[in-house]
Amino acid sequence: MLKINQLHKSYPIGDSSLHVLKGIDLQVEEGEMVAIMGSSGSGKSTLLNIIGMLDEADSGDYILDGLPIKDLTEKKAAVYRNKFLGFIFQSFNLINYKNALENVALPLYYQGMKRKERQERAMFHLEKVGLADWANHLPKELSGGQNQRVAIARALAANPKLLLADEPTGALDTKTSYEIMAFIQKLNDEGKTILMVTHEEDIANMCKRIVRLRDGIIMEDKKIEQVRAEQYV
Amino acid sequence: MFDLDLWREIFQSINMNRTRSLLSGFTVTFAILLFAILFGISNGLQNTFAEAFKDDATNSIFINSGRTTKAHKGLQAGRAIKFRNKDFDYVKEEFGNKVEFITARLYRNAQASYRNEQNNYNLRAVHPDHQFLEKTMIKEGRYINQNDLKNRTKVVVIGRLVEEDLFLKTTALGKYINLSGIQYKVVGVFTDDGGDNEERLIYMPISTAQHIYGNNDYINQINLTYNPEMNYDQALAFGNQIKKKMKERFSVAKNDQRAIRVRNMAEASKNVQQFSFILGIIIFIIGSGTLIAGIVGISNIMIFIVKERTKEIGIRKALGASPRSIVSIILIECIIITAIAGYIGLLIGMGVLEWIGPSLKTYFIKDPSVSTSLVVGATITLIIAGAFAGYFPAKRASRIKPIVALRND
Repeated sequence: MLKINQLHKSYPIGDSSLHVLKGIDLQVEEGEMVAIMGSSGSGKSTLLNIIGMLDEADSGDYILDGLPIKDLTEKKAAVYRNKFLGFIFQSFNLINYKNALENVALPLYYQGMKRKERQERAMFHLEKVGLADWANHLPKELSGGQNQRVAIARALAANPKLLLADEPTGALDTKTSYEIMAFIQKLNDEGKTILMVTHEEDIANMCKRIVRLRDGIIMEDKKIEQVRAEQYV
Repeated sequence: MFDLDLWREIFQSINMNRTRSLLSGFTVTFAILLFAILFGISNGLQNTFAEAFKDDATNSIFINSGRTTKAHKGLQAGRAIKFRNKDFDYVKEEFGNKVEFITARLYRNAQASYRNEQNNYNLRAVHPDHQFLEKTMIKEGRYINQNDLKNRTKVVVIGRLVEEDLFLKTTALGKYINLSGIQYKVVGVFTDDGGDNEERLIYMPISTAQHIYGNNDYINQINLTYNPEMNYDQALAFGNQIKKKMKERFSVAKNDQRAIRVRNMAEASKNVQQFSFILGIIIFIIGSGTLIAGIVGISNIMIFIVKERTKEIGIRKALGASPRSIVSIILIECIIITAIAGYIGLLIGMGVLEWIGPSLKTYFIKDPSVSTSLVVGATITLIIAGAFAGYFPAKRASRIKPIVALRND
């Protein structure tokens, strides 16, 4: 599904440069649910951004679903992002003047789907996250948990191969966090491959595999017994 | 190109961010408002000038006679030059095709009466061509014709106000008017754009007047219009040629300014044209200056808006928006705001002109208005202006990296 080989990335800081990723090797199979952990500055977000084609590595290989991701033009990156990836962010990143339905439909718009079909699909996904009744509400009229569920519906809308979540529970209280995690686990049960960055142990333990990063290299990569989130809800 | 969804996106963005859109449009509205008012006022000034010359044909040449001031060819100074019919015929024959219309004029003053009403009027005895020279408009009946001239008929064409004065509410056509004791049939009533004085005139065939007033063939003035195909220089040369020939004909010294006087409207109309042209340039410079200021203003605000929308643009890109779609969103939004704001400015400007127009008449500004061609031109200009204003912000937006935009902070 996803194969990363000797990935390096550094950012220029003034005259010197900061070496953030120092040779990452990572392989993720279909249906996995991986937590990437590490303290701030460990390079976990950078890794996720590179996987999400929001950033480009300096060297190394990245193959997504058999497709080498290298030297992408912005246009091509946009198409790939739209086709292969679904993003879930800490701060939801919904467009504040669009209602829930429109937010969910946006990736479909960029796929060039017809309006009617788009709305039906978006509605379907909103129903799936249990927010069909809130379809016409703006993000500011929804709670944090609801917003994150809209964001998840949006990430799912384009039916991506890989779901990338950057601290998906970072802005939520514990109870809501578990609700969201329960939902993400359900998606994984249905077969979605999920990659999430988190620094919370309890959230990481709800995944099936934990990859620990420190100073730009993988310290530890182990499969774990998944803690189900439903029991806390 | 026409993508309904794109427009929907844009209108939603404009509609959901009204204050922002309003603010960015304001500068353009103001610029166009100023431009429309300036343009309208300049139009009004030009209308006033056009009006001043509309009364008479703009290609007129007037030939007057006076007294000689210099002795020439053995003739003494102080000799009165008097034009006669043969001089009129001479001008008519001599210059042939260069002359469009030609008429002689004989001025008299007449005590006119009808029943109990009476008044004093200026009388002009003329040839039929005079109608076109003076741009006299016949309201009823007819103008003086060749037959009247030949038969010295006792007919008159009277101004609208003469009819009003003497005939009160009744119609004058076909009735007989008494001019200093002689009855004349009213064959026509005319109107004229030259104002009240021009409508308090009485026209009569020149032959009739010559016969009745002194039984001679004197004329006071020869009026003609030059061939309208002549350009300004040719018209001036023509005027000078007439002057020279007439001076020769009457044995007047070349440098005698009084004996033969030729007034050529070409000079005046050239001045007006130049004035209009310069005024147009000034208005254009001021107008485009304000417009450019407006464009710079909207461009600035758009750059700010792009900054404000960085996150949104980042989200869109993360969801698969191509750089091109980002450019079109910003660019078209900018064009729409510019065009709508500009139109509002234009409408307000037109409204203001309509509203203050009448009160500006005292300041020599008549009918200040904005023409259709300007509206069309403004539309095109606004769209181009919007594109210009939006170009840099849009480019900037398309370069936004989603990773930067989405950074949690």
